Amino acid sequence: MNQKSYPVGEHPDLAPPANTIGPLAWIRENLLATPANVIMTILVAWFLYKIIPGGVDWLLIDAAYTGTDREACQAKAGGACWAFIGERARLFTYGFYPIEQRWRVNLSFVLLVAAVVPVLFDNVPYRKYGLYFSMIFPFIAGWLLVGGFGLTPVATDKFGGFMLTLVIGVTGIAASLPIGICLALGRQSRLPIIRYFCIGFIEFIRGVPLITLLFVASTMLSYFLPPGTTFDLLLRVLIMVTLFASAYMAEVIRGGLQAIPKGQIEAADAMGLKYWPAMRLVVLPQALKISIPGIVNTFIGLYKDTTLVLIIGLLDPLGIGRASLADTKWTGLSNEVYLFVAIFFFISCFSMARYSLYLENKLQTEHKR
Amino acid sequence: MSETTITKNPIPRRNLISRLWNDKESRSVIVQIIAAALIFGFFAYIVRNAAANLEAIGKGYSFGFLSQPSSYDINQHLIEYTSRSSHLRAMLVGILNTLLVAASGLVLATILGFILGVLRLSRNWLTNKLSYVYIEYVRNVPVLLHILLVHGIIVHALPIPKNAISFNDAAYLTNRGFFTPRPILEPLFWIVGGLCVAGILFSLWFKRYAQRIQDQTGKHYPVFWICLGAIIGIPWIAYFILGSPITWDTPALRGFNFKGGMVVRPEFIALWIALSGYTAAFIGEIVRAGITAVSYGQTEAAGALGINRSRTLSLVVVPQALRVIVPPLTSQYLNLTKNSSLAIAIGYMDIVATIGGISLNQTGREMECMTIVLLLYLAISLLISAAMNWYNDRIKLVER
Repeated sequence: MNQKSYPVGEHPDLAPPANTIGPLAWIRENLLATPANVIMTILVAWFLYKIIPGGVDWLLIDAAYTGTDREACQAKAGGACWAFIGERARLFTYGFYPIEQRWRVNLSFVLLVAAVVPVLFDNVPYRKYGLYFSMIFPFIAGWLLVGGFGLTPVATDKFGGFMLTLVIGVTGIAASLPIGICLALGRQSRLPIIRYFCIGFIEFIRGVPLITLLFVASTMLSYFLPPGTTFDLLLRVLIMVTLFASAYMAEVIRGGLQAIPKGQIEAADAMGLKYWPAMRLVVLPQALKISIPGIVNTFIGLYKDTTLVLIIGLLDPLGIGRASLADTKWTGLSNEVYLFVAIFFFISCFSMARYSLYLENKLQTEHKR
Repeated sequence: MSETTITKNPIPRRNLISRLWNDKESRSVIVQIIAAALIFGFFAYIVRNAAANLEAIGKGYSFGFLSQPSSYDINQHLIEYTSRSSHLRAMLVGILNTLLVAASGLVLATILGFILGVLRLSRNWLTNKLSYVYIEYVRNVPVLLHILLVHGIIVHALPIPKNAISFNDAAYLTNRGFFTPRPILEPLFWIVGGLCVAGILFSLWFKRYAQRIQDQTGKHYPVFWICLGAIIGIPWIAYFILGSPITWDTPALRGFNFKGGMVVRPEFIALWIALSGYTAAFIGEIVRAGITAVSYGQTEAAGALGINRSRTLSLVVVPQALRVIVPPLTSQYLNLTKNSSLAIAIGYMDIVATIGGISLNQTGREMECMTIVLLLYLAISLLISAAMNWYNDRIKLVER
């Protein structure tokens, strides 16, 4: 009926066939392409139908957000009991840090954000001064949290909750990168004694689980100190976690170092650069750039591994949660506690992974140019 | 040419140390001597401290305690063990428990990981996104949390033995574990077992024989079906001819718990599922990266040669993908084995919980126990690395 004729070359563009655009075509393309795909789609849809409505009910709709104990929660609704988390929120955040001193934790956290932002993003104003601040931040934070020099001292066994996770995680991340770089360079060194020492150290640490090293820190380490001296359990744990992460970091960075062509080092030699300037100016910037995904993965691993300290009795969020479950008022709510802590870790680790992607993309465009 | 007087700079007479320091060779020797002295000094220092500390509290360094009775119970033991057995025996039980959970974890994690990796590449939007969500959730949450969560679910959500979920009245799933019938092997059964071993040996020989015949003549045997028949089919027939020489000891409810049969304890199930599910997410990403690393031209080339789809996968894509997959897979296997030490959090009696936990606390021998634990894990790690390196050598690209 619309068989209209057009002069040659003036036929208007036709819309694509109706069965290749729009939601129906998308469904056919992505969900129902082949018979096997149809079966898979049906199975997954059935699975989601079984899981999601019940899950949402339990998590949100039937959940109790207020209440003073477990019975009150259950009387109100059949779902999750978030009132428990609400009541313990401060414990989860600060551990047993003295209540009147908690402003110090809050202040440290604000300063942490201020110290981290200039490291992460290169287009913040006054970045140079920000980086100077990042360098002195660990000392300020240590002073704020532990006290002394005019502040009331707080024993480190009062540390707990998310604050403890951040203390261990941030210290480990900040310290393991430089140590890892040194170990990786040592492993590549032409000096045999240094090389074999680094290989032995890295392989030993990578061969044993972190939990055994933490046991060493909690039971055995005091034997190796001069008689009569002790030092803080948290400090021992920090040292062990840092050493553990730096061995893995060293292997990641070694991968990056090995990817740098030998010509780069030879060129640096030809320019008359000595070992350390050659490494600092030529080799490491390229090697570290390649290793970013691995480095961030190691950071994420370290951050997740901070939960293991609960086994030697430090109260990280998981430890606080397990201790809270022993309270008869709230017994049996383990799913809520574990989910809550899982969400916290998911948010932190997922954002680290996203940042790593962002960084890769940023550096990638520089390559392409 | 005007005469220019070039006054040669006299070589400055520097002192010996700075001359040595500015020479590359001698400097490396100096640096190494200093490093060796520092390392040696450090170890000497801590060993001396340890000796002094041990002497001060009247403890020696000896492994004699290993032969003393352990006087604690272990709920899962693969070998004979009572509380009167020695600490050494407890340690062996712990080692076997670690190896059991690690080995079964490796198998399940590999299977799940390959499935996840393939689903992640699927053209089906739903399965693709579902596996993405699973992988991201699992990878960004600590493994200890997974273990505790799965254990909590098993203990709280499964029924008590009285209301057990029954499978055909033979196996029962409860919050005290999974109860299954235990096979009692009669003497005649060893004939079946022997036939099975013979079938495996035959298959190993037949595979090479068939390959040789195919190389020489092009004749193709259905190797897979013949081997399957030799390993499973013939023993299966023999089993019925001999009159089913296995009797089953089925579990039955007595009082508050099941008696008889075999039990897979909830701690083991929780640890097994949590570790495999966690490692599978990492393996899935590795598998995906490995498969995408094989360029699509390889698949097209196989198509041009007229190789069909399934053989393209098994003969062209997978062998090349494996070269990319195996090295990172090795480190995931090592991670799984090391993560099995978290068993202590839910009371599964592995190396750390037996010799590094209860034995250590009972005897007070921290040094000796921790030395043993560290050495055991190092040995297991080295074994897995060696096995995977051997496998990697077999599949890697042969370059001329």
